[in-house]
Amino acid sequence: MAEPLLAIRDLKTYFISKDVQVHAVDGIDIDVFPRQIVCIVGESGCGKSMTSLSIMRLVPQPRGKIVSGEIQFDGRDLLKLTEKQMTDVRGNDISMIFQEPMTALNPVLTIGAQITEVLLRHRNMTKREAMAKAIEMLQFVGVPRASEIVHEYPHQLSGGLRQRVMIAMAMVCEPKLLIADEPTTALDVTIQAQVLELMKKMREDFNTAIILITHDLGVVADMADHVVVMYAGQVVEQVNADDLFHSPLHPYTKALLESIPSLEEEKEVLYSIPGTVPDAAAYPVGCRFADRCPIAQPSCREKMPELREVKPGHFVRCDLV
Amino acid sequence: MSENLTAVVNDALTANSSDNLLEIKNLKKYFPITAGLLRRTVGHVKAVDDVSFTLKAGETLGIVGESGCGKSTMGRMVMRVLEPTDGSIIFDGQDITKLEGKELRRIRPKFQMVFQDPYASLNPKMAVEEIIAEPLVVNKAATRKQAIERVSHLLERVGLRGEDRLRYPHEFSGGQRQRIGIARALALNPKLIVADEAVSALDVSIQSQILNLMVDLKKEFNLSYIFISHNLAVVRHISDRVGVMYLGHLVEFSGKADLYNHPLHPYTEALLSAAPEPKRENRRERIILQGDVPSPANPPKGCPFHTRCPKVMDVCRSQRPALREVSPGHLVACHLY
Repeated sequence: MAEPLLAIRDLKTYFISKDVQVHAVDGIDIDVFPRQIVCIVGESGCGKSMTSLSIMRLVPQPRGKIVSGEIQFDGRDLLKLTEKQMTDVRGNDISMIFQEPMTALNPVLTIGAQITEVLLRHRNMTKREAMAKAIEMLQFVGVPRASEIVHEYPHQLSGGLRQRVMIAMAMVCEPKLLIADEPTTALDVTIQAQVLELMKKMREDFNTAIILITHDLGVVADMADHVVVMYAGQVVEQVNADDLFHSPLHPYTKALLESIPSLEEEKEVLYSIPGTVPDAAAYPVGCRFADRCPIAQPSCREKMPELREVKPGHFVRCDLV
Repeated sequence: MSENLTAVVNDALTANSSDNLLEIKNLKKYFPITAGLLRRTVGHVKAVDDVSFTLKAGETLGIVGESGCGKSTMGRMVMRVLEPTDGSIIFDGQDITKLEGKELRRIRPKFQMVFQDPYASLNPKMAVEEIIAEPLVVNKAATRKQAIERVSHLLERVGLRGEDRLRYPHEFSGGQRQRIGIARALALNPKLIVADEAVSALDVSIQSQILNLMVDLKKEFNLSYIFISHNLAVVRHISDRVGVMYLGHLVEFSGKADLYNHPLHPYTEALLSAAPEPKRENRRERIILQGDVPSPANPPKGCPFHTRCPKVMDVCRSQRPALREVSPGHLVACHLY
């Protein structure tokens, strides 16, 4: 198999304050290959967004800190770059889109100014060339009246259009990797379908690899080649999308799939996972899912299970499978 | 003796006259758009435009639709916290559309609401006990001592501990807060609960806990629900019948099996096909609608959906289709049928 485009090894991102240490990301390994769509799925607080901010080196300062690990991207360790080198990477080699396009776009700059900013920073272009490229990109992502919209402000656009503008801005330098953090969570289903379709098109036309962060297993089924399931700062299962949905192995993944109501099937009672996620400042020594796990054994609480390859390409952090 | 008899007869009468707990007839809500120094009305946002339906006692009615379709406005009118522009709301055989003051306060305990955001809907300065007892105290339904007993009982019913009554909302997780909100809604033994996106802010594992709880409580307390949500799978799980709203109009209304297995309105079809389904083999062929929902301040003439409809015909652009029963219990507003 080809070399991975992005290889995260033993990444740990902690939030450190006077008396507590919150282990937001606690030793994860993830590979992303060129053109691959990798979905990171998990519930609030599992560390999925912190993982993406760590890749971008945008972990909230001063408390957040990447304490160890490496992030190999295209032959370089991103964690070893200077801030200036990293600025050349952001928006150019790796770009990111966020959940809430209204807060991610600058309300006092026109759409055109915000898209051309990326080009003026990373490409040797005149303002006029950059504007032409911005309009072309907006047309490409299906924004109507592109040549007028470049002169308009974010508040004049609908949610779906704003997210298209975000995608245009993220893709204008044709990055090798796009990180999308819950890009459709704030959108209605019919608009979500449009945006997901557009992201697939981006992969086809620009050969971009995509890390898609979501809590919605339906979106995962629609988009993913490869799926990473996170729980309490760790990867608990990692496998290609077909196997994840047909033969999930980790009790947490199974429970998640059982607990969502289906559009197509009647379930009398939904499975519900008892309890809540453990406190990130005080994880238990053993398996972090043990307290909510239907098959937990006393041994699970004593020793943290390793992420093991139980079948070729299928990694699970559970000693009982 | 004779009093008892009259009560029995009365009960029988209301039961016979209809088993509908709620009847909504031609309900409308137009919000004025004002402009200029004198704030003159220059137009209207037709948030809910001529919606009628019935809810049987013991039934769960799901209302689905995208943002701005009027589903929340509709729920708030049923709760009588928003004045309808026109139409009537008949609750338990009584027209409550025009009730005011004392009479309205007397009937309010019978319908309660559960909100979307478990963080915004609980007062952070009140202990759980005060939050849940408040409706009892306001309605003079219990003495303080009785109220506290009832709070402990309610907390246990929704899966929290009686001792939790002395704690404050910030000490609870989102799912637990939603349980507190449900306990508050149950305090006065309501007949109807309107749940507006009650599980939308919760993680899936917590969402299933709350859905299961609501199903259990419905049986135990003999409740009826109006369950408003944008999540089609959740609505399918909990509802008996489902109404689909688009731009202020009810475009399809039917029993749940019929609606999900044989959707008739092109909008319902598109909505169902667009919802991501985790089981890949169950996936419907996706219909991607073009464009956005039109503004409710300037809705299109004719059928409200014609600007995005893949099956649009000439007649759709000029005439608004009425909601008609095309097969028993299955109503649709579309010129195709």
